[in-house]
Amino acid sequence: MSDAVILEGVSKVFGDVHAVRDLDLGIGDGEFFSLLGPSGCGKTTTLRMIAGFEFPTQGSLRIRGVEMALQPPNQRPVNTVFQSYALFPHMTVEENVGFGLRMKKVSGSEIGERVTKALDMVQLTHRATASSKQLSGGQQQRVALARALVNEPEVLLLDEPLGALDLKLRQAMQTELKDLQERVGITFIYVTHDQEEALTMSDRIGVMNEGRLLQVGSPQQIYEQPTSRFVAGFIGEINLLPATVVDHESVRLAGGRLVAATTGTPAGQEVTVAVRPERLSLFGLGETVPARLNAVRGRVVRRVYFGDVFYYDVDTPDGVLEVKEENRPGVALHEIGEEAVVAWDPAATTVVES
Amino acid sequence: MKDASVVAARPELEEAARRADSRRGFLIALPAWFYLTLFFVLPLGIVAVYSFATRSSTGRTVLGDWNVDAYRRLWDSLVLQIAVRTLVLALVTTLICLLLAYPLAYYMATRRPMVRNILLILVMIPFWSNFLVRTYAWKVLLGTDGPVSQLSQALGGEPIRLLFTNTAVLIGLVYGFLPFMVLPLYAALERMDWSLVEAARDLYAGGWTAFRKVTWPLSLPGVIAGSILVFIPTLGAYVTPAILGGAKTTLAGDYIVSQFLAARNQPFGSALSMGMMFIMLGATIIYFRWFRPSGRDL
Repeated sequence: MSDAVILEGVSKVFGDVHAVRDLDLGIGDGEFFSLLGPSGCGKTTTLRMIAGFEFPTQGSLRIRGVEMALQPPNQRPVNTVFQSYALFPHMTVEENVGFGLRMKKVSGSEIGERVTKALDMVQLTHRATASSKQLSGGQQQRVALARALVNEPEVLLLDEPLGALDLKLRQAMQTELKDLQERVGITFIYVTHDQEEALTMSDRIGVMNEGRLLQVGSPQQIYEQPTSRFVAGFIGEINLLPATVVDHESVRLAGGRLVAATTGTPAGQEVTVAVRPERLSLFGLGETVPARLNAVRGRVVRRVYFGDVFYYDVDTPDGVLEVKEENRPGVALHEIGEEAVVAWDPAATTVVES
Repeated sequence: MKDASVVAARPELEEAARRADSRRGFLIALPAWFYLTLFFVLPLGIVAVYSFATRSSTGRTVLGDWNVDAYRRLWDSLVLQIAVRTLVLALVTTLICLLLAYPLAYYMATRRPMVRNILLILVMIPFWSNFLVRTYAWKVLLGTDGPVSQLSQALGGEPIRLLFTNTAVLIGLVYGFLPFMVLPLYAALERMDWSLVEAARDLYAGGWTAFRKVTWPLSLPGVIAGSILVFIPTLGAYVTPAILGGAKTTLAGDYIVSQFLAARNQPFGSALSMGMMFIMLGATIIYFRWFRPSGRDL
């Protein structure tokens, strides 16, 4: 897979704020790549540098092998879908979608054809002559997509494009976007702070915090093998327990219990053990816990009903653990105040820095 | 909306609510109605009535002998000359104000909020002193012994005589009305969604094209408001031409005043005023038509 976009040692400084620090990243051709992180982490600045709205303070940015770091946006083979959609309010839907082609001096008949095709792709042919201000949020979003895709860019940049939509519409658009990306085969770089969006749509995710790219990997790698405490905590829910490394196969929790976990960290180091709530199971005191599982005894202090699942907080000597148990016949219900054993597979245990 | 059927079942209540609403609206507007009637509609009525009256040989206005003689005189070549000169001056003033104010307003609107406010205050500072005083200051600046002329002489040139020329009037008018152009433009540009400009750049428009296709059309409401605020008062300007202009550069404002005071011809002065009012009205309508294509409500 050749690289569509390559960033090397890219930094961006605004005054005394380091928005992006020494970023190295290659985004493959045809890939759906998400930049995920909290607000202010530098993901939007990174996207804006690829678009050409900001110029890197340092570093190299190549699009399709051509150095583009200092090119103005109109000279780059990329198009952007803005968070606010940024549809031109004084133009119709058609005029909006055809804007880029008109700027590129494409012939009138070809513009007409391509605009029709693009509107067809986002199922908005019937609103072609509407003013862009008369559209609903979801429709505006589609026009913004059509306006970018009609130019057949090498890379499509999307800046939290679903942020302004309500939940149902957002979920529908997630599927639609992913389908669209697979159909057109264009590289998508998608900026979001919504981990669910990133997990469900992306081929790969880059997690950023405080201007740094912390981890790049497939959604599964990011979720199941976080390499840092931040990534572990930012994506999904997770239990983080302080521990000390004993050897390559075990760590000792704060309460003194030895649990199995694979780690490359040298013995004696302070670390954090991370386990997802859905990987934990609750056993009654009378039940036998399989010997290969890590097990910690504690007392149920809270139970929250979520319909499909129950969340339990279990107070143990090693800290409070959150357990997610499915609401299914055959999964025992535990009462508040009850003594129980929390158990999990050593393979589901991740050790990160403390 | 779902409950519309339930609500509509009591149309008499809806009707009563609507009546109460319009009554409240009328009460709120009452002071303004009263003020406008007393100080605008009534004087305008008097002017309208006087314009059909006759001037006696002693300069008194005789009510009763109604005629349209005063309006016939509006087509005198002298009057038309003054009208054209006034219109041209007002147009040029508006255009220069627009050319000067747009870049300034653009600059202001794209600064940090702190800097913006400071610049706004700077634009408004001239309002803190009397307009007449400021116009007299221009008289000093533009006079034969003034700094402009002295600078020219210091550079080895001729003394420049600006005072009592059309140029002096133009300078004075542009100076006086520039803030009225800057403020609406600033308001329009400050509200601009700059991501629209970025979107245009992203869609292959160069900087100038993006301005032409996006920034300019979206700032048109400010351009219209500013142009009207400058054009209309300039048409009727009296103080600036009176102080900075010469006898050969009579403008409509001067001329009307002279009919009321020096010539003591109130019917003709009134007819001139009415004529000018219709020109302003026409100009305003043309402005709106021209700049605002139908169906756009920016």
